[in-house]
This record gives sequence, structure tokens and C-alpha cells, in this order.
Amino acid sequence: MTGLLQDIGFSRDLAVLIAKAAGVIVVAVFGLLWTLLGIWLERKWAARFQDRVGPNRVGPFGLIQTVADTVKILLKEDIMNKGVDRWVFNLAPILAVLAVTLIWAVVPFSAAWIGTDLNIGVFYLLAVGALGTVAVIMAGWSSNNKYALLSAYRAVAQLVSYEVPMVLALLVPVLLSGSMSTQEIVRQQHIWYVFAAPLTVLLFLISGQAEIGRGPFDLLEAESELVSGFHIEYSGMKFGMFYVAEFLHAFTVGVLTAILFLGGWRGPFAEDVAILGFFYLMIKSLFAYWVLVWVRMTLPRVRIDHLLDFNWKFLVPVGLANLLIVALVWKAIPGTDQISSFGDAVVPTLALLLVNVAMFLVIGALLADRGRRERARIEARVAGADLPVETVAGAGD
Amino acid sequence: MNLNEWIFIGLFFALGWALPATPIVLGKILAPKRPNQVKQQTYECGVEMVGSPWTQFRAQYYIFALVFLVFDVELVFLFPWALAYNQLGLFALFEMTVFIFLLVVALVYTWRKGALRWS
Amino acid sequence: MELTAESIVFLIMSAITLGGGLLVVSARNLFHAGLYLMVSLLGVAGLFVLLSAPFLAGVQVVVYIGAIAILIILAIMLTPSVTQLPAIFNRQWAFNLALAAFFFVLLVSVVSPIMGELGVDAWNADFTQKNPADVPADSIVNLGKDLVDPDKYMLPFEVASVLLMAALIGAVLLVSPDKAKADEGGED
Repeated sequence: MTGLLQDIGFSRDLAVLIAKAAGVIVVAVFGLLWTLLGIWLERKWAARFQDRVGPNRVGPFGLIQTVADTVKILLKEDIMNKGVDRWVFNLAPILAVLAVTLIWAVVPFSAAWIGTDLNIGVFYLLAVGALGTVAVIMAGWSSNNKYALLSAYRAVAQLVSYEVPMVLALLVPVLLSGSMSTQEIVRQQHIWYVFAAPLTVLLFLISGQAEIGRGPFDLLEAESELVSGFHIEYSGMKFGMFYVAEFLHAFTVGVLTAILFLGGWRGPFAEDVAILGFFYLMIKSLFAYWVLVWVRMTLPRVRIDHLLDFNWKFLVPVGLANLLIVALVWKAIPGTDQISSFGDAVVPTLALLLVNVAMFLVIGALLADRGRRERARIEARVAGADLPVETVAGAGD
Repeated sequence: MNLNEWIFIGLFFALGWALPATPIVLGKILAPKRPNQVKQQTYECGVEMVGSPWTQFRAQYYIFALVFLVFDVELVFLFPWALAYNQLGLFALFEMTVFIFLLVVALVYTWRKGALRWS
Repeated sequence: MELTAESIVFLIMSAITLGGGLLVVSARNLFHAGLYLMVSLLGVAGLFVLLSAPFLAGVQVVVYIGAIAILIILAIMLTPSVTQLPAIFNRQWAFNLALAAFFFVLLVSVVSPIMGELGVDAWNADFTQKNPADVPADSIVNLGKDLVDPDKYMLPFEVASVLLMAALIGAVLLVSPDKAKADEGGED
């Protein structure tokens, strides 16, 4: 494309700039268009989980239901309540969407298609994630609403806490591939990292679910407690943008899982045919995303003290131990510093898989033991004080 | 390092705003605008708002942000280490174990002190 | 001064950094001041990118915007009485201005001779490296190696951990002033 523009008569620098700008628009517009289809897909899945049919009236199989909803939300009145902090209030939904679409800049769609292959790719993901937290705080603070403000506080506690296990999970593919570039991590996965590090994948999915604020970690917008959380005062298209940001963020976690652990665009003939790589990536992402939706539809919401305990007293220690053990095994096996083919990767992957199974067993045993002791403690207390079990279990926040 | 890679990110920051902003502006044009007193009240389930929403909340949230800050700085050190790990000796792993161990001591202290407890 | 693409970006980033900083001190609303602080820090991240130090740019955003600025905003949200400041000057403003001016002069006097040594024509700056190849492509890997190299930064690296530990313990002591050891009981 750069060459074409130069032929028309643009200078080289300008041609590069225009080509890059076109790339930006393609990536970002693709993200938003995908949302239209993805929301329909999620609603269908959610319906199946709840034994419903889901949207099926607008278009074949209800495919253009989201388009109809978009038109509807465009025509809704945009109500701003008294006392909002106008600038912050209006910027928050825009920043929320921007923070998510920025992630797509480093997503390797195929061997040749990538927005930009930063050499700090994984670290860039973290940096951009921080902006999303800011958007939630801005929305919660500026709304002049107690529920929204409380949600902003929870955002700080939750989003920020779960960033720690998320980073600990991200470090494992970085360590295994010796690179932070997303494209390079995909190239290094001669065997998908999900086989070498299943515990890490689990950590990543759990903390990812918390980062996108979806059930069972949807405390930011808990309907029964905070009415609807930080976006309670938003209506019309501004609310729509929060909705888009939330969906896109959730799907992006699926994409990142696919890239970091499921081999990204890798698959038969993907090196040669770019569109195939894109196709593989989407299939894998949809699978990871489906798992997230499945968890969301299945588990009830956790309490805030459980949420924070689960993070700091379970996920973080497990994440740290996991990282060190993986690093130790990686060093113990000779030849792991130059893996360049499927054959090289077999032995390390098998060893790591075994170690991971051992870790799963140890963690499972610890949890079971803890559960037994906790149950015994509560039963003893109930027997002693003659109280009903519910009151002993403790109050929420 | 090629700065060209970053032009894309810079442009993304510059142009990315437009995408979410366009539908919002479009909504502003298309949607009706009939504000009134009742509509513009802060939503508190139909009850009139008492006092300012910007009241003090528990300081507990602050503690978690503080603990996070310490861990965040630690994680920044982990990245270059993980990146160079394939080219390092076993001693590097030992050093990182010591590094993490000290952090875990701090975490256990925080835990025992009850600062991580939601009370 | 010749305007190259780099210098234009440098000027934009400097404007964001300085403008954000100016708004931080002039904002009457502390929450807004916190947000402007983030804008300013983002500008600094852009400057790091321009200096071919993308990792530091990432650190700038992750640590300063993602953790410290959020912590500051949280602290502001915990002190509701100061969201609308009556005045932007306090009694110490003259002293602080003098201090700021002193540090500015100090910085310029320290930096400008170094720029001469590096061969950068001080005020007609060509902001790029004379030869872009001078910047090693895998500078982050080098950073990782040097951090754990016993001959280089191993000790500071471990001391950083001790420092972080002390910071966390200090923070915990500060926020929970002897909150009754009785109800901890180890079962937590």
C-alpha cells in the first residue's frame, strides 16, 4: 500500500503515515464491527445455557438483532442528571472503548497481519489495561451517584488486585518464549503452551474474568447491590459504548488466551495462507471466549471479602509458586534455550505437563483439607452456640 | 529500536477516540432532548438523594491499592528477568527466588496483621 | 531549529507533559488534578518511547498511571472536603516557587554540559540518536541480564526487594494502628 501511495505522488514519509492510519482504522473498525456479531453470539449462548432460544426474530436466526438494538439505542434520549462532572462524564465511555481497542493494535491476526509488532507487546497489554481502570473510576466518580461511586471504589480494589495474578500468568509465556512480542510468542509455540502450562491458563482465565468484571466477579455492576454500578447514570449511546467496551474486553481476553496459550494463528498451512491463520485465531478465540461465557452463566456472584481473599491468599501465592516452578523445570531440562521445531518442544512440554499435574494435585489436596477444617470449625461453633449456620458464616460488606 | 512501530500506537491514540465518539455524537443529533426536573434526578431507586454522594467510604480500599502498588513494582522487575531467562544461569533463578521470597514475607505479614481481611 | 518528524512529536509530548503539569497545579478540583496528572505522565511515557526506551514507557504507564496515580485519586476520593478548593494558592506558594526555580536551574546546569559532551548541539537539538543502530535492539534482555549479574546490579536488585518489603510492612503498620491483635488469632 505504501508503494501504491508513493506512485500516486505522496512522499515516502507521508505514504507510510497514511498506510499506518489506514491500518489503525481497519483494526479498530474490525473490532467494533465484530462486536455486532459477537453480542448476538453471546446472547445465543447465554440463552442456551438458560434453556431459552435467544434472539430469533430479526433476520435469519436473529442475526441482525444487534443492529436493530444499535439503531434503537441511537434514538434514546441521553439523560444527564444534575450535578455530573460533564467533561469527565462524557470522556469516560470513550476512554473505556479506546482502552480496549488499543489492545487490538498488537494482536497478530496471522503470520503477516498484525497492527504493529511491538517488542514489548505483552507489557503494552498491561499498560493499556491500566487505562480501562481509569475509565471506570472516571465514570463512577463523575456520576454524582452513591452507587456509582461505590462501584468505582470496588473497581480499584478488584481490577487492581486481579492484575497481580494476571501478570504472573502473562510472565510464563514470556519466560517460555523468551520474548514479549505477541507475534514472536505465537511463532515459538511449536506446541501450544496450554499443554506446558495448564495451571497458568487457569490463572489467566480466572484473573481475566475478574478484569472484565463479569460473573462470578461482576461486583462492579452488581444489580442487586449497586443497581448497575459505575454506568448507572449513563443512558443512550454513552451507555451503549460501555456495553461495547465490556463485550469487546471480554472477547479480547479470549483472543489473548488464544494468542498466548492456544498457538494464536498457528494451524495447517497458516504460514502460507494469511486468511487461514486469521480463521484459526478466531476459532480459538471463540472457544476461549465460550469458556468465559460458560463460567459467567454458571457461577453465582462472589462476596467482596471472598473476592479479595481469593485473590491475595490464593491466586497470588499460587501464581508466584507456579512461575518459580515452571522456571526451575525449564532450566532443569537441557536444550530449552533454543527450541526451533516441534521435536525440540516435546520433552520440555511433557515434563512441564507432569509438573503441572503434580501442582494441580497438591493445590487440590490443600484446598480439600482447608475446606474440611473450615466446615468442622463452623459445625463446632453452631453446635456450641446453637445458632443457625447462616449467621455464623459472616456478613458481607 | 525502530520508532516506526510506535507510529501506529501514536496514530491509534489520535484516531481511536473518533470511533466511540462518533456514535455518541450521532446519538446526540438523532435522539430527542426533553429534560425535566424529575428525569434529571440522581437515580437512587426512586428515593430522593440525601446529602452529597462524595462522602467518605471505608479506607480498606486504600490498603488493597497500596498492596497492589508494591506488587506492581515487583512485577516490573520480573519482566526483564523472564525475558532474559533463557540466557541466564541457574543462579538467576536463585536470585529471583530470594527476591520473591522477601515479597512473600511481606505478603504473609500483611495477611497475619489482618490488613487483607475485609472487616 | 529544523523541524524533523521526531522533533514535532517531541514538542507534542512535551506540551502534553507540561500542560498536564500546569493543569494539575491550577485545577480547583482535586479529582481533575489527579486526572491531569495522568495526562502529564502519559506525555512522559511518550517521551520515553521517543528515546527508544519502550520498556520504560510501559513501566511509566503501568506503575505511575496504573498504580500510583490511581492510589492518589483514591486518596483524594477518601477526603471529600477538598474536591472543591476555594483557592489555588496556599501560604507556601512563594517558597515553593523559589524551590521549583532552583531545581530548574540545577537541572539545566547539570544537563547542558553533558549534552555538549555527547555532541548534541544543546539548544538546536536533533533529538534522535546520531546513529539509530547505536541503540541495541534487545536492550530489555540486556537489562534482564544486568539485573541479576553479580558483577553489575545484583545487589541493588535484591535491595529493591527489601525496600519493597519495608514499604509494604510500613504501609500496613500505618493503616492499621495496632488494630487489636486479639481478633486476628491467626485464623484468617
